[in-house]
Amino acid sequence: MALVEREHVDGEIGRLSEATAGDFISLLKPRVMSLVIFTAFVGMVMAPEGIHPLLGLIAILAIAIGAGASGALNMWYDADIDIRMTRTATRAVPAGRIAPGEALGFGVVLAGFSVGILGLMANWLAAGLLAFTIFFYAVIYTMWLKRSTPQNIVIGGAAGALPPVIGWAAVSGTVTLESLVLFLIIFLWTPPHFWALALFKTDDYERAGVPMMPNVRGEAHTKWQIFVYAVLVAISGVLPAVMGFAGPIYGIGAAILGACFVWYSWQVLRMEETDGAKRPAKALFAYSLFYLFAIFAALLLDVLFARLGA
Amino acid sequence: MADDERIKPTEKQLKARRNRSIGIALALVVFVIIVYLGTLLNLGPAVFDRAM
Repeated sequence: MALVEREHVDGEIGRLSEATAGDFISLLKPRVMSLVIFTAFVGMVMAPEGIHPLLGLIAILAIAIGAGASGALNMWYDADIDIRMTRTATRAVPAGRIAPGEALGFGVVLAGFSVGILGLMANWLAAGLLAFTIFFYAVIYTMWLKRSTPQNIVIGGAAGALPPVIGWAAVSGTVTLESLVLFLIIFLWTPPHFWALALFKTDDYERAGVPMMPNVRGEAHTKWQIFVYAVLVAISGVLPAVMGFAGPIYGIGAAILGACFVWYSWQVLRMEETDGAKRPAKALFAYSLFYLFAIFAALLLDVLFARLGA
Repeated sequence: MADDERIKPTEKQLKARRNRSIGIALALVVFVIIVYLGTLLNLGPAVFDRAM
Protein backbone atom coordinates (compact mmCIF):
# COMPACT_ATOMS: atom_id res chain seq x y z
CA MET A 1 0.00 0.00 0.00
CA ALA A 2 1.45 3.35 -0.97
CA LEU A 3 1.33 6.44 1.24
CA VAL A 4 -1.42 7.83 -0.92
CA GLU A 5 -3.94 5.51 -2.51
CA ARG A 6 -2.86 5.16 -6.12
CA GLU A 7 -6.41 5.47 -7.40
CA HIS A 8 -6.61 8.98 -5.90
CA VAL A 9 -3.32 10.06 -7.44
CA ASP A 10 -4.08 8.65 -10.86
CA GLY A 11 -7.65 9.97 -10.85
CA GLU A 12 -8.78 13.37 -12.13
CA ILE A 13 -8.91 14.96 -8.67
CA GLY A 14 -5.57 14.02 -7.20
CA ARG A 15 -3.43 13.52 -10.28
CA LEU A 16 0.06 14.97 -10.31
CA SER A 17 -0.07 18.20 -12.26
CA GLU A 18 1.74 18.76 -15.53
CA ALA A 19 0.74 22.42 -15.66
CA THR A 20 3.53 24.95 -16.15
CA ALA A 21 3.69 28.50 -14.82
CA GLY A 22 2.75 29.59 -18.34
CA ASP A 23 -0.51 27.64 -18.11
CA PHE A 24 -1.41 29.55 -14.95
CA ILE A 25 -0.48 32.85 -16.60
CA SER A 26 -2.79 31.93 -19.50
CA LEU A 27 -5.66 31.74 -16.96
CA LEU A 28 -5.23 35.49 -16.50
CA LYS A 29 -6.22 36.12 -20.15
CA PRO A 30 -3.11 38.20 -20.97
CA ARG A 31 -4.60 39.75 -24.12
CA VAL A 32 -7.64 41.06 -22.26
CA MET A 33 -5.30 42.15 -19.49
CA SER A 34 -3.26 44.28 -21.90
CA LEU A 35 -6.37 46.30 -22.77
CA VAL A 36 -7.22 46.63 -19.06
CA ILE A 37 -3.70 47.88 -18.30
CA PHE A 38 -3.81 50.42 -21.10
CA THR A 39 -7.25 51.85 -20.32
CA ALA A 40 -6.55 51.95 -16.56
CA PHE A 41 -3.26 53.74 -17.29
CA VAL A 42 -5.03 56.36 -19.41
CA GLY A 43 -7.61 56.88 -16.64
CA MET A 44 -4.77 57.30 -14.18
CA VAL A 45 -2.90 59.86 -16.31
CA MET A 46 -6.08 61.85 -17.04
CA ALA A 47 -6.99 62.15 -13.36
CA PRO A 48 -6.41 65.69 -12.09
CA GLU A 49 -4.03 64.85 -9.26
CA GLY A 50 -0.68 63.11 -9.46
CA ILE A 51 0.63 59.88 -8.00
CA HIS A 52 4.20 58.72 -7.41
CA PRO A 53 5.18 56.79 -10.56
CA LEU A 54 6.09 53.67 -8.59
CA LEU A 55 2.82 53.70 -6.67
CA GLY A 56 1.06 54.22 -10.02
CA LEU A 57 2.89 51.18 -11.40
CA ILE A 58 1.88 49.10 -8.38
CA ALA A 59 -1.74 50.25 -8.77
CA ILE A 60 -1.74 49.30 -12.46
CA LEU A 61 -0.24 45.91 -11.58
CA ALA A 62 -2.94 45.35 -8.94
CA ILE A 63 -5.71 46.29 -11.40
CA ALA A 64 -4.19 43.96 -14.03
CA ILE A 65 -3.90 41.06 -11.56
CA GLY A 66 -7.47 41.69 -10.38
CA ALA A 67 -8.69 41.57 -13.98
CA GLY A 68 -6.63 38.40 -14.48
CA ALA A 69 -8.18 36.85 -11.37
CA SER A 70 -11.66 37.40 -12.77
CA GLY A 71 -10.45 35.73 -15.99
CA ALA A 72 -9.24 32.71 -14.01
CA LEU A 73 -12.60 32.48 -12.20
CA ASN A 74 -14.35 32.73 -15.56
CA MET A 75 -12.27 29.87 -16.96
CA TRP A 76 -12.96 27.77 -13.86
CA TYR A 77 -16.72 28.20 -14.14
CA ASP A 78 -16.96 28.06 -17.94
CA ALA A 79 -14.78 24.98 -18.52
CA ASP A 80 -17.87 22.95 -19.50
CA ILE A 81 -18.80 25.34 -22.33
CA ASP A 82 -15.22 26.28 -23.27
CA ILE A 83 -14.55 22.66 -24.25
CA ARG A 84 -17.36 22.84 -26.82
CA MET A 85 -16.06 25.93 -28.63
CA THR A 86 -13.14 25.86 -31.08
CA ARG A 87 -11.96 29.27 -29.85
CA THR A 88 -11.65 28.14 -26.22
CA ALA A 89 -11.26 24.33 -26.27
CA THR A 90 -7.48 24.53 -25.89
CA ARG A 91 -7.63 26.67 -22.72
CA ALA A 92 -5.77 25.16 -19.77
CA VAL A 93 -8.84 23.97 -17.80
CA PRO A 94 -10.93 22.39 -20.61
CA ALA A 95 -7.74 20.88 -22.08
CA GLY A 96 -7.06 19.22 -18.69
CA ARG A 97 -3.69 20.85 -17.96
CA ILE A 98 -5.10 22.63 -14.88
CA ALA A 99 -7.73 21.12 -12.59
CA PRO A 100 -10.87 23.27 -12.05
CA GLY A 101 -10.14 23.52 -8.31
CA GLU A 102 -6.64 24.84 -9.04
CA ALA A 103 -8.07 27.56 -11.31
CA LEU A 104 -10.65 28.48 -8.65
CA GLY A 105 -8.03 28.71 -5.89
CA PHE A 106 -5.66 30.68 -8.14
CA GLY A 107 -8.42 33.16 -9.03
CA VAL A 108 -9.66 33.65 -5.46
CA VAL A 109 -6.16 34.16 -4.03
CA LEU A 110 -5.15 36.63 -6.75
CA ALA A 111 -8.45 38.52 -6.38
CA GLY A 112 -7.90 38.89 -2.62
CA PHE A 113 -4.28 39.99 -2.96
CA SER A 114 -4.92 42.44 -5.81
CA VAL A 115 -7.76 44.19 -3.95
CA GLY A 116 -5.74 44.29 -0.71
CA ILE A 117 -2.64 45.70 -2.39
CA LEU A 118 -4.61 48.34 -4.29
CA GLY A 119 -6.33 49.41 -1.07
CA LEU A 120 -3.08 49.65 0.88
CA MET A 121 -1.00 51.29 -1.86
CA ALA A 122 -3.60 53.61 -3.45
CA ASN A 123 -6.94 53.94 -1.69
CA TRP A 124 -9.95 51.86 -0.67
CA LEU A 125 -12.34 53.46 -3.15
CA ALA A 126 -10.23 52.11 -6.02
CA ALA A 127 -9.91 48.77 -4.20
CA GLY A 128 -13.68 48.62 -3.70
CA LEU A 129 -14.24 49.32 -7.40
CA LEU A 130 -11.76 46.58 -8.31
CA ALA A 131 -13.52 44.12 -5.98
CA PHE A 132 -16.86 45.07 -7.54
CA THR A 133 -15.41 44.58 -11.04
CA ILE A 134 -14.14 41.08 -10.18
CA PHE A 135 -17.47 40.17 -8.55
CA PHE A 136 -19.45 41.57 -11.47
CA TYR A 137 -17.43 39.68 -14.09
CA ALA A 138 -17.12 36.38 -12.23
CA VAL A 139 -20.57 36.17 -10.62
CA ILE A 140 -23.01 38.48 -12.40
CA TYR A 141 -21.66 37.97 -15.94
CA THR A 142 -20.06 34.50 -15.93
CA MET A 143 -22.36 32.62 -13.58
CA TRP A 144 -25.63 34.35 -14.35
CA LEU A 145 -25.99 36.55 -17.46
CA LYS A 146 -23.77 34.67 -19.91
CA ARG A 147 -25.96 31.56 -19.94
CA SER A 148 -29.33 33.21 -19.48
CA THR A 149 -29.81 36.24 -21.74
CA PRO A 150 -28.69 37.59 -25.15
CA GLN A 151 -28.06 40.88 -23.32
CA ASN A 152 -25.20 39.07 -21.49
CA ILE A 153 -22.35 41.08 -22.93
CA VAL A 154 -24.30 44.37 -22.86
CA ILE A 155 -24.70 44.28 -19.08
CA GLY A 156 -21.53 42.26 -18.46
CA GLY A 157 -19.59 44.86 -20.44
CA ALA A 158 -19.69 47.06 -17.35
CA ALA A 159 -16.91 44.94 -15.84
CA GLY A 160 -14.60 45.55 -18.80
CA ALA A 161 -15.46 49.25 -18.82
CA LEU A 162 -14.48 49.93 -15.21
CA PRO A 163 -10.62 49.82 -15.38
CA PRO A 164 -10.20 53.51 -16.41
CA VAL A 165 -12.56 54.48 -13.57
CA ILE A 166 -10.46 52.42 -11.15
CA GLY A 167 -7.26 54.01 -12.50
CA TRP A 168 -8.79 57.49 -12.09
CA ALA A 169 -9.98 56.65 -8.55
CA ALA A 170 -6.57 55.21 -7.60
CA VAL A 171 -4.99 58.62 -8.28
CA SER A 172 -7.68 61.07 -7.22
CA GLY A 173 -9.75 59.07 -4.74
CA THR A 174 -12.91 60.12 -6.61
CA VAL A 175 -15.30 58.96 -9.32
CA THR A 176 -16.16 61.89 -11.57
CA LEU A 177 -18.28 62.55 -14.66
CA GLU A 178 -15.10 62.54 -16.77
CA SER A 179 -14.10 59.06 -15.62
CA LEU A 180 -17.66 57.87 -16.23
CA VAL A 181 -17.39 59.09 -19.85
CA LEU A 182 -14.34 56.81 -20.25
CA PHE A 183 -16.51 54.04 -18.79
CA LEU A 184 -19.30 54.86 -21.25
CA ILE A 185 -17.00 54.62 -24.29
CA ILE A 186 -15.93 51.05 -23.42
CA PHE A 187 -19.41 50.07 -22.23
CA LEU A 188 -21.00 51.06 -25.56
CA TRP A 189 -18.08 49.60 -27.54
CA THR A 190 -18.46 46.11 -26.01
CA PRO A 191 -21.72 44.94 -27.72
CA PRO A 192 -20.70 45.66 -31.36
CA HIS A 193 -17.25 44.19 -30.65
CA PHE A 194 -18.58 40.88 -29.29
CA TRP A 195 -21.58 40.63 -31.61
CA ALA A 196 -19.24 41.01 -34.60
CA LEU A 197 -17.33 38.02 -33.20
CA ALA A 198 -20.59 36.15 -32.51
CA LEU A 199 -21.69 36.64 -36.13
CA PHE A 200 -18.79 34.55 -37.45
CA LYS A 201 -18.66 32.18 -34.46
CA THR A 202 -22.40 31.42 -34.37
CA ASP A 203 -21.85 27.65 -34.59
CA ASP A 204 -19.47 27.75 -31.63
CA TYR A 205 -21.96 29.54 -29.39
CA GLU A 206 -24.79 27.31 -30.64
CA ARG A 207 -22.82 24.17 -29.67
CA ALA A 208 -22.02 25.60 -26.26
CA GLY A 209 -25.61 26.74 -25.69
CA VAL A 210 -24.58 30.32 -24.98
CA PRO A 211 -27.50 32.62 -25.91
CA MET A 212 -25.59 35.19 -27.95
CA MET A 213 -27.65 37.73 -29.88
CA PRO A 214 -27.28 36.13 -33.38
CA ASN A 215 -28.32 32.72 -32.02
CA VAL A 216 -31.36 34.02 -30.16
CA ARG A 217 -32.67 36.98 -32.17
CA GLY A 218 -31.14 36.16 -35.54
CA GLU A 219 -28.51 37.74 -37.76
CA ALA A 220 -30.61 40.60 -39.15
CA HIS A 221 -31.62 41.85 -35.71
CA THR A 222 -28.02 41.60 -34.46
CA LYS A 223 -26.72 43.61 -37.40
CA TRP A 224 -29.15 46.43 -36.63
CA GLN A 225 -28.19 46.39 -32.97
CA ILE A 226 -24.51 46.54 -33.95
CA PHE A 227 -25.20 49.55 -36.15
CA VAL A 228 -27.13 51.43 -33.45
CA TYR A 229 -24.42 50.76 -30.88
CA ALA A 230 -21.73 51.84 -33.38
CA VAL A 231 -23.48 55.22 -33.74
CA LEU A 232 -23.62 55.53 -29.93
CA VAL A 233 -19.91 54.61 -29.70
CA ALA A 234 -19.05 57.32 -32.23
CA ILE A 235 -21.02 59.89 -30.22
CA SER A 236 -19.52 58.83 -26.88
CA GLY A 237 -16.03 58.99 -28.43
CA VAL A 238 -16.29 62.75 -29.04
CA LEU A 239 -17.86 63.48 -25.62
CA PRO A 240 -14.49 64.22 -23.94
CA ALA A 241 -13.93 67.07 -26.42
CA VAL A 242 -17.54 68.29 -26.16
CA MET A 243 -17.33 68.30 -22.36
CA GLY A 244 -14.01 70.14 -22.47
CA PHE A 245 -11.64 67.68 -20.84
CA ALA A 246 -10.00 66.84 -24.17
CA GLY A 247 -8.93 69.26 -26.91
CA PRO A 248 -10.39 69.97 -30.37
CA ILE A 249 -7.68 67.95 -32.15
CA TYR A 250 -8.73 64.93 -30.12
CA GLY A 251 -12.34 65.72 -31.03
CA ILE A 252 -11.58 65.67 -34.76
CA GLY A 253 -9.61 62.43 -34.44
CA ALA A 254 -12.37 60.79 -32.38
CA ALA A 255 -14.99 61.89 -34.92
CA ILE A 256 -13.00 60.30 -37.78
CA LEU A 257 -12.42 57.09 -35.80
CA GLY A 258 -16.11 56.98 -34.88
CA ALA A 259 -17.21 57.59 -38.49
CA CYS A 260 -15.05 54.64 -39.56
CA PHE A 261 -16.67 52.51 -36.82
CA VAL A 262 -20.11 53.41 -38.20
CA TRP A 263 -18.92 52.67 -41.76
CA TYR A 264 -17.64 49.19 -40.80
CA SER A 265 -20.97 48.53 -39.02
CA TRP A 266 -22.83 49.67 -42.14
CA GLN A 267 -20.85 47.10 -44.14
CA VAL A 268 -21.96 44.45 -41.63
CA LEU A 269 -25.56 45.64 -41.96
CA ARG A 270 -25.33 45.18 -45.75
CA MET A 271 -23.68 41.75 -45.42
CA GLU A 272 -25.72 38.93 -47.01
CA GLU A 273 -26.91 36.22 -44.63
CA THR A 274 -25.60 33.69 -47.17
CA ASP A 275 -22.09 35.16 -46.91
CA GLY A 276 -20.23 32.22 -45.40
CA ALA A 277 -16.89 34.00 -44.97
CA LYS A 278 -18.50 36.91 -43.02
CA ARG A 279 -15.64 39.19 -43.98
CA PRO A 280 -17.41 42.45 -42.97
CA ALA A 281 -18.03 41.03 -39.46
CA LYS A 282 -14.38 39.97 -39.17
CA ALA A 283 -13.28 43.41 -40.42
CA LEU A 284 -15.51 45.14 -37.84
CA PHE A 285 -14.16 42.90 -35.06
CA ALA A 286 -10.57 43.78 -36.00
CA TYR A 287 -11.38 47.48 -36.40
CA SER A 288 -13.18 47.63 -33.04
CA LEU A 289 -9.99 46.50 -31.30
CA PHE A 290 -8.02 49.16 -33.16
CA TYR A 291 -10.70 51.78 -32.37
CA LEU A 292 -10.55 51.29 -28.61
CA PHE A 293 -6.77 51.38 -28.59
CA ALA A 294 -6.70 54.46 -30.84
CA ILE A 295 -9.31 56.44 -28.91
CA PHE A 296 -7.53 55.88 -25.58
CA ALA A 297 -4.13 56.56 -27.16
CA ALA A 298 -5.55 59.83 -28.54
CA LEU A 299 -6.86 60.78 -25.08
CA LEU A 300 -3.46 60.01 -23.59
CA LEU A 301 -1.60 62.11 -26.16
CA ASP A 302 -4.11 64.94 -25.76
CA VAL A 303 -3.67 65.16 -22.01
CA LEU A 304 0.14 64.83 -22.26
CA PHE A 305 0.39 67.61 -24.87
CA ALA A 306 -1.96 69.80 -22.84
CA ARG A 307 0.25 69.40 -19.76
CA LEU A 308 3.45 70.03 -21.72
CA GLY A 309 1.90 73.20 -23.16
CA ALA A 310 0.66 74.44 -19.78
CA MET B 1 8.45 0.89 3.02
CA ALA B 2 9.87 -0.21 -0.29
CA ASP B 3 10.69 2.47 -2.86
CA ASP B 4 8.73 0.79 -5.62
CA GLU B 5 5.47 1.32 -3.70
CA ARG B 6 5.79 5.10 -3.77
CA ILE B 7 4.29 7.32 -6.41
CA LYS B 8 6.99 8.27 -8.89
CA PRO B 9 6.36 11.48 -10.84
CA THR B 10 7.14 11.25 -14.53
CA GLU B 11 9.89 13.35 -16.09
CA LYS B 12 7.26 15.72 -17.48
CA GLN B 13 5.60 16.13 -14.08
CA LEU B 14 8.95 16.85 -12.40
CA LYS B 15 9.83 19.42 -15.05
CA ALA B 16 6.41 21.09 -14.72
CA ARG B 17 6.74 21.17 -10.92
CA ARG B 18 10.16 22.84 -11.16
CA ASN B 19 8.74 25.38 -13.61
CA ARG B 20 5.84 26.18 -11.25
CA SER B 21 8.19 26.44 -8.26
CA ILE B 22 10.34 29.00 -10.08
CA GLY B 23 7.17 30.92 -11.01
CA ILE B 24 5.98 30.98 -7.38
CA ALA B 25 9.43 32.06 -6.15
CA LEU B 26 9.56 34.94 -8.64
CA ALA B 27 6.02 36.02 -7.75
CA LEU B 28 6.92 36.03 -4.05
CA VAL B 29 10.05 38.12 -4.65
CA VAL B 30 8.07 40.65 -6.71
CA PHE B 31 5.35 40.74 -4.02
CA VAL B 32 7.88 41.42 -1.24
CA ILE B 33 9.56 44.19 -3.27
CA ILE B 34 6.18 45.78 -4.05
CA VAL B 35 5.06 45.77 -0.41
CA TYR B 36 8.45 47.06 0.80
CA LEU B 37 8.76 49.91 -1.70
CA GLY B 38 5.07 50.75 -1.54
CA THR B 39 5.19 51.00 2.24
CA LEU B 40 8.26 53.27 2.11
CA LEU B 41 6.61 55.51 -0.47
CA ASN B 42 3.31 55.68 1.39
CA LEU B 43 4.74 56.35 4.82
CA GLY B 44 7.83 58.26 3.70
CA PRO B 45 10.43 59.12 6.36
CA ALA B 46 7.75 58.49 9.02
CA VAL B 47 8.43 54.77 8.65
CA PHE B 48 11.63 55.28 10.68
CA ASP B 49 9.98 57.62 13.18
CA ARG B 50 9.22 55.50 16.22
CA ALA B 51 10.11 55.41 19.90
CA MET B 52 13.40 53.70 20.73
